[in-house]
Amino acid sequence: MSASLVSEVRSPRSNAESPVFEPRIVGFLCNWCTYAGADLAGTSRIQYPTNMRTIRVMCSGSVDPELVLEAFRDGADAVFIGGCHPGDCHYQSGNYKTLKRVMMLKRLLEQLGIEEERLRLEWISAAEGAKSAQVVRKYTEQIRALGPRGNCRVSSADCRTAGNRQSPIASRQSQNG
Amino acid sequence: MAEKLKFGFYWAASCGGCEIAVLDINEAVLDVVAHADIVLWPVAIDTKYDDVRAMPDGFMDVCFFNGSVRNSEQEEMAHLMRRKSKTLVAFGACAHLGSIPGLANLYSKADVLETAYQTTASSENPGRTRPQPEFRVRQGELHLPEFYDRVFALDQVVDVDYYLPGCPPPVPLILNAVTAIFEGKLPPKGTVLAPAKTLCDECERNKHVAKKMPGLKRTWELAADREKCFLEQGIVCMGPATRAGCQTRCINGNSPCTGCMGPSPEVTDQGAKMIASLSGILRVDDEKDMSEQDTAALVSKLADPVGTMYMYGLVKSTLNPKSRGGR
Repeated sequence: MSASLVSEVRSPRSNAESPVFEPRIVGFLCNWCTYAGADLAGTSRIQYPTNMRTIRVMCSGSVDPELVLEAFRDGADAVFIGGCHPGDCHYQSGNYKTLKRVMMLKRLLEQLGIEEERLRLEWISAAEGAKSAQVVRKYTEQIRALGPRGNCRVSSADCRTAGNRQSPIASRQSQNG
Repeated sequence: MAEKLKFGFYWAASCGGCEIAVLDINEAVLDVVAHADIVLWPVAIDTKYDDVRAMPDGFMDVCFFNGSVRNSEQEEMAHLMRRKSKTLVAFGACAHLGSIPGLANLYSKADVLETAYQTTASSENPGRTRPQPEFRVRQGELHLPEFYDRVFALDQVVDVDYYLPGCPPPVPLILNAVTAIFEGKLPPKGTVLAPAKTLCDECERNKHVAKKMPGLKRTWELAADREKCFLEQGIVCMGPATRAGCQTRCINGNSPCTGCMGPSPEVTDQGAKMIASLSGILRVDDEKDMSEQDTAALVSKLADPVGTMYMYGLVKSTLNPKSRGGR
């Protein structure tokens, strides 16, 4: 993984002493729409939480699923991907690929014991500064309510309920640490 | 003639297929025994563990270790094999990547034992008996290996020199490795002894430059065309994310690749790469006309993503569910 992504994810939690859980969200924002939208939120002085570490990419379709998994491995509580609205992709069709990737990744994550809400795809245009701030604000609250990812890892059986509804295994007691 | 080399074969959590793969080298085994003595091979020779312990350290020139590590006996033997051999080769997908036994990492030890000893239709166990590492009977104390909470690939337990991938390793790769050992021409430590390309590069099925996947189908839903690329027929084939070297043996049998050779060298996570690959070719002609609901319905046909894309590689994957778990 690139050094920048490592530092984005591993940087200490803001408000480390705060009793309120501050989620770490890695945000991959496309250069042409969502990043410009976030920029507009900034220049318009719209306030929103700083929990999302932004990584600018040329296209949401260029976000390799390997990077999403690596962000989770390295401690991200959630991964946000922002792209152009359908039909608006600077490269014609990159965002359609993103949509399929994210949908497949959500199914994979659930099976691996990571709630699908921890991966989010949103279409935000360069003109939507207010929406950009609003989405980040709401998503941060949603992840804050969900709690840190470590909670999920305590018992692999319990946190897999969503991805494993059809599991034939009755017992959910777990001996693992 | 120079002194013969000493080979050892050992098995841990495996199915026995790797032992058969060794036998599949057929008459070439005569060349092997002309150059090497086999000093340990539980499937064929009755060597006791104490005999192995009595060997001087580094006694075996090469030890081929197959199977993943799931219990204390296998772990102890992995350490013993490491100590007693100069070169340790992780032989087969289980030792290399954890493989199919490694899918148990999706479940806890309690879940695994509950299924095996309680909930299967053939189990009758009202006393809820479970295997115990120690058990006292009139004649004395009995010991069983301890069943760990997770499955390990060999290199997560001991230092490994080389990897022979595959389920089981293909005969030509075994012969190449053995020849390299005899000639003293082994590559740098840590090498996977297989080609560095992807399976698609080796596959001779008809492929179009602009590859398109019409939808997602499971193998039983259609009689697959024997000439045409599986992906272009809508069947998930792990070829794009999988290392070459198996001579497309599954594909020759008209069955898609399931990924036993592990990720190709440039791929760190086989499943993630496969998702990238599928997204790029799935319904590319009309993706713009599909609503999000249509796309969701399309993706929902991808059955069991972990079982499909990490059938062999879960233990070594980026998000191995128990990567931080203890023994």
